[in-house]
Amino acid sequence: MEPEQVPPAPRRPRTEARDLERYAALFAARTRQMRSSAMRNMMSIATRPEVISLAGGLPDTSTFPADLFEEIAAGIAADGLAGALQYGPTEGLDGLREAIPEVMAREGTGAEPEDVTVTTGGQQALDLVTRALVDPGDVLLCDAPTYPGALPTFAAYQADVIQVECDSEGMRTDLLEQTLTELEAGGKRPKFIYSVPTFQNPGGITLSLERRRQMVEIARRFEILVVEDNPYGLLRFEGDPLPSLYSIDGGGFVVYVGTFSKIVAAGLRLGWVVAPPPVRQKIVLGKQAADLCTSNLVQEFALRFLQSGRFDEYVDGLREVYRSRRDAMLGAIAEYFPHGADWSRPEGGLFVWATLPEVIDTGDLLAKALGENVAFVPGAEAFVDGRGTNSMRLNFSGVPEERIIEGVRRIGRLADRMLGLYETIANTAELPLPGGPVEKERRKAG
Amino acid sequence: MKVALLSGGISLERSVSLQSGRRVADSLRQLGHEVARIDPGPGLVTDLTEAGPEVAFIALHGRDGEDGTVQALLELSGVPFTGPGVASCRLSSDKGLAKHVFGMEGVPTPAWFPVTEAAIRDYGAAAGLPAAIDRLGLPLVAKPASQGSALGLTVVTDPADLPAAVVTALSYGASALLEEWVDGRELAVSVIGGEPLPIVEAIPTERPTYDFEARYEIGATRFETPARLSEADRSQVEQVALAACDALGCLDLARVDMLLADDGPRVIEVDPVPGLTETSLLPQAAEAAGLSFDALVERILGLATGPDT
Ligand SMILES: Nc1ncnc2c1ncn2[C@@H]1O[C@H](COP(=O)(O)OP(=O)(O)O)[C@@H](O)[C@H]1O
Ligand SMILES: Cc1ncc(COP(=O)(O)O)c(C=O)c1O
Repeated sequence: MEPEQVPPAPRRPRTEARDLERYAALFAARTRQMRSSAMRNMMSIATRPEVISLAGGLPDTSTFPADLFEEIAAGIAADGLAGALQYGPTEGLDGLREAIPEVMAREGTGAEPEDVTVTTGGQQALDLVTRALVDPGDVLLCDAPTYPGALPTFAAYQADVIQVECDSEGMRTDLLEQTLTELEAGGKRPKFIYSVPTFQNPGGITLSLERRRQMVEIARRFEILVVEDNPYGLLRFEGDPLPSLYSIDGGGFVVYVGTFSKIVAAGLRLGWVVAPPPVRQKIVLGKQAADLCTSNLVQEFALRFLQSGRFDEYVDGLREVYRSRRDAMLGAIAEYFPHGADWSRPEGGLFVWATLPEVIDTGDLLAKALGENVAFVPGAEAFVDGRGTNSMRLNFSGVPEERIIEGVRRIGRLADRMLGLYETIANTAELPLPGGPVEKERRKAG
Repeated sequence: MKVALLSGGISLERSVSLQSGRRVADSLRQLGHEVARIDPGPGLVTDLTEAGPEVAFIALHGRDGEDGTVQALLELSGVPFTGPGVASCRLSSDKGLAKHVFGMEGVPTPAWFPVTEAAIRDYGAAAGLPAAIDRLGLPLVAKPASQGSALGLTVVTDPADLPAAVVTALSYGASALLEEWVDGRELAVSVIGGEPLPIVEAIPTERPTYDFEARYEIGATRFETPARLSEADRSQVEQVALAACDALGCLDLARVDMLLADDGPRVIEVDPVPGLTETSLLPQAAEAAGLSFDALVERILGLATGPDT
């Protein structure tokens, strides 16, 4: 049967060049900080199928049981459709708010259902927390490197972001304390510390128990909040789980952000935030303004999945897949990366962070890598202050082993070539030192 | 008319090209043409054959779209296409080749030296870098010979930074150039059908060079069209632009980027496939000449398909 013809809608007049300047005056000041970077534009090639992308943070969705999906969808159609198709409470469906603490309990964290707000992904939780707490110019502290996707959020609220160095045990709490002391002396009180303490994106590192205790203690002493972002805690391949900052603190100064993206499916766009009641109220007000509520249909789906009894089995399966992919990646890096490279050895999560000799700019390396159909995230994306130019984030969750190995091999070979070229130039050129005669002469002339 | 619109591709400027493509597709349909969009990849020849177009509209940027590769394929398939021909694209898309031609034809361009990875590896070319600094002076510009959008470009003020700048430039292609830094106003002259459009001046509002971010971010650069120039400057700039296009054989369509120094203009680049995004310079220039975007697209298409009307 032919569908009835709908007459074409009238077209909007096209934007002409001259109009752009007119719009420029209309943009909010905060959009000045929201830049599209050259890198992100280059990355648009990375979506082509022939590219081995170690750039994304994509979970592997191929193991999601299709039969279970059908079963849940049919179940919703049979006995939950009216509710699933309706608006819901801003805080989220009661059933899901009760089920979320059970998910957190799997890592030993206790939380009260009434402190939980369901959000449209962890990303929205970050947005809502920042919206509730940050005025333009307010200081935020975060890991160095930090989750690249948090930076545009912080920029959108015109936060002044200070990054505190991390080592293999996570954020250096001595530097954290020092920074806070200096800020206090300057009359500034940061609003919160943002950290991904477990299998950090992008570093793959985990904050040690000792430092967890210190971070919570420091936050309490300075009376600022910690925003603990924990998408990866359940994806531990080995070693003992560590208590969350939230459980160490007991919910006084720590706001906990969780997500189903990496343990159920990213396409659900479903996350949550657990916050002390006064903070939670502000978050809920913000969410009302942002989107009224997260999709009921999606919440209903997640709840039924959690109740199906197959959640743990599914997460176990993901862990298996990711562990062997991580092993493949670490093996390939050890084999193919140039002498002088250093990298993290994550016990879980999705990422390895690798640092090359200083003379290699990973933005340039990415340009070369894209030419050979491999992609990664250049380290500079994880900093606000120009650091990270010789580092890179490599994802192992979204690509099968052989492709990981081939991708790492290509990156390693290109890095070798760049290093060789640099050394050849530096060794043969005998360039005058900075401030040598050549430059001085020009300065006079100019 | 049945038009194959080529945009996307595998260059680093893919996203810019897709943006150009979307706009052009809109216009072509508006003008009553039948549009088949093609994202050039391994299936290009088959896609072209299937589409069976009367003409191809090229909205590709960067490698392959501007360097004559795709043009040569189109020529082979007997499909007329927009913009300059294969030879012209090849010459313009390699800044080194273009500068050689300018040298022969007397088109002013900044002093320069070529640098290739092969020369450094096989002939110890790096030993010549101090001499290059001596002759070009500091600051100098290191840039890839073939990239657009200022990717891989470094302004070197300290000789100790030169090795890294050369490695950077060579990351975007096998050859690069070191160029004298010119202190001047940033002008673009678009040429269509042998005629210059009004001159656009790009005035960066935040950054020292008109780089990738400034180029595609609304509000990061202020444009003045027509540029405020004395009558003498304007006519000299136009003449130099036409001379550059003539030298490279792209009088039909090109955008000439120049720096206007106190002692006259220098051509730094000729782009044979100018961008057509909302912030691109060619549409701005056309509009200043009273040519709407649709009219511009029609004119470009007309130059490809037949004698001028
Ligand atoms: N020799 C030079 N002197 C001063 N500035 C330059 C020079 N070469 C390039 N630039 C600056 O860098 C920008 C991009 O350079 P260009 O060679 O046109 O690269 P692309 O092909 O990537 O556009 C120019 O618009 C100009 O601002
Ligand atoms: C540290 C971190 N926080 C938040 C997010 C956002 O996740 P989502 O919005 O999918 O829940 C991610 C996704 O990669 C992440 O790595």
